[in-house]
Amino acid sequence: MRVVLAEDLFLLRDGLVRMLEAYDFEIAAAVETGPELTRALAELEPDVAVVDVRLPPSHTDEGLQCALAARRARPGLPVLVLSQHVEQLYARELLADGNGGVGYLLKDRVFDADQFIDAVRRVAAGGTAMDPQVISQLLSRRSQDKPIGGLTPRELEVMELVAQGRSNAAIAAQLVITERAVAKHTSNIFGKLDLPPSDDDNRRVLAVLAYLDRG
Amino acid sequence: MKVITGRLRPSILAAGRGLLLFVAAMTVSVTLFVLAVVSISFILLGIGVFTTPVVLEAVRKHANQRRLWAMTWSDVRIPVPYRPFPRDLRTGVTGQVERTTLMLRDPATWRDLQWLLIDMTVGAVVAFMGAALIVYPVEGLVLAAGLWRVFRDDPYWYGFVPVDSQATAFAALALGIVLFHVGLWANRPLLRLHFSLARTVLAPTQDEELAQRVERLTETRHEAVDTAAAELRRIERDLHDGAQARLVAMGMNLGTIEALIEKDPAQARKMLAMARESSAEALTELRDLVRGIHPPVLAERGLGDAVRALALRLPLASEVAVELPGRAEAPVESAAYFAVSEALTNTVKHAEAERVYVDLHHAEGMLRILVTDDGKGGAAIGSGSGLSGIERRLGTFDGVLAVSSPAGGPTMVTMEIPCELS
Repeated sequence: MRVVLAEDLFLLRDGLVRMLEAYDFEIAAAVETGPELTRALAELEPDVAVVDVRLPPSHTDEGLQCALAARRARPGLPVLVLSQHVEQLYARELLADGNGGVGYLLKDRVFDADQFIDAVRRVAAGGTAMDPQVISQLLSRRSQDKPIGGLTPRELEVMELVAQGRSNAAIAAQLVITERAVAKHTSNIFGKLDLPPSDDDNRRVLAVLAYLDRG
Repeated sequence: MKVITGRLRPSILAAGRGLLLFVAAMTVSVTLFVLAVVSISFILLGIGVFTTPVVLEAVRKHANQRRLWAMTWSDVRIPVPYRPFPRDLRTGVTGQVERTTLMLRDPATWRDLQWLLIDMTVGAVVAFMGAALIVYPVEGLVLAAGLWRVFRDDPYWYGFVPVDSQATAFAALALGIVLFHVGLWANRPLLRLHFSLARTVLAPTQDEELAQRVERLTETRHEAVDTAAAELRRIERDLHDGAQARLVAMGMNLGTIEALIEKDPAQARKMLAMARESSAEALTELRDLVRGIHPPVLAERGLGDAVRALALRLPLASEVAVELPGRAEAPVESAAYFAVSEALTNTVKHAEAERVYVDLHHAEGMLRILVTDDGKGGAAIGSGSGLSGIERRLGTFDGVLAVSSPAGGPTMVTMEIPCELS
């Protein structure tokens, strides 16, 4: 699997390259700046891009803007965005086109190599990887006055993982329950929240996020 | 004819106002002047110490009323020059003495007294003329209508016309009509003249204005320096007790792990997990700290999106409208951001609101920010709320804060910072 990596700090870039190579990814390019990233995405046609939000030369959200522009040019181009901070504002912009193949994670998540690599693979496959912090922010906003649609605590846990973009198998593994139990929980959740049932991971994420977002 | 009817209403209104000003000058101004002079000369006897602040306060109220009228009636702006009292003014007798001294030292007090003198003389005359030009012709009309008969033997002087017959009465009427027309054109300028006259005495002189400005700058600079120092202390403490301590613990753990890795691999693994957790916590703390110093979205996107991102983090429904054609300078953006942040924190903490609206726009060289909520109201600057903090923050940039928050709500916080966008 070919990866384009954009990260301006040498230490992090180097670490990411090593980690990805250790998991048998092919690094098509590891770049430092926004313009380089734009060129690499256009010319190298990678399977997935891993991009830092803040890049030189402007040191603003240049990485995010490049990634969004590249996705406009090539809808569904898988992009995993990394940042020192997560903002719902950015998450919305990434999800807005509804095409999937989007990830948005805190840089801390690279601590857990297995989970991080899993997220990269999920995004490359057209799925979603939302940082738990984004989801918990949305949840705390929702649950202020009204509990969410009468969900049980277990269902709430499952929903959080669904919103992060995990597959039923991954959720089952994490919560130590069977996949069938997860499937039951998700269909309950979708029923209680009035969401259209769906098998496609990306669609499930969007449905849950849209629900949480209704404020 | 149309010109005249168009001018009639405002002119009659101006005449009424002139009359009111005349009465105010002849009663209130005269009384206050006498009281002030007596009270100040009684200071030597002791009684004056207690009466003077009261009288001078009344003088200021009277002057401020005139300032208000000047603004609303004739669009003449008269700035308020009074020096503010220090916040820690003592109570009791010493406080009274202090208050009296402060007021007497304020040059604005003496200019107020000067104004009272001018108001009861020239000011009163000018105001009266405005009214008389409209009212006096009525007398001419009444004379011409038949009142002249009363003065058949002893001529009555209407202006410079001795009225003692129908013919002279008509002459008086003619004069009245001329005066009336003059009044139609002149009485609003006369009203304005009255206020301009007041302004020459009541407005601070350029020296005073500069002195006031220097005072304000000194004050805001002190506050800015204090706030910055406190901020740095807080950051130092947070780093010292937080991330720094965690990194030390992590290093220590790693050392232990090194020693354990062969003797007790299971324990070593457990400690590795702990070390990783520590590093994650250190990162979280650093992240929060960074947000408090300069929020990343502000650096990446500017004020509009930073406020949007902020609103999205609130535990209540929010709407943000932004109309900024460019970006303000970084320090202004930062001050504005933290001001909004404090206003929103206030709303969340105290207002019991369901919705909050934030509006940001730039007009006439001002960045204007409105934070409105549908909560229970009752917010006030200085009641230990975050609002005085906002005032301080904005003060450094000559910004101002206004709060409208009647009991029962809604609360509307308005902030204005003069700045250019680029």
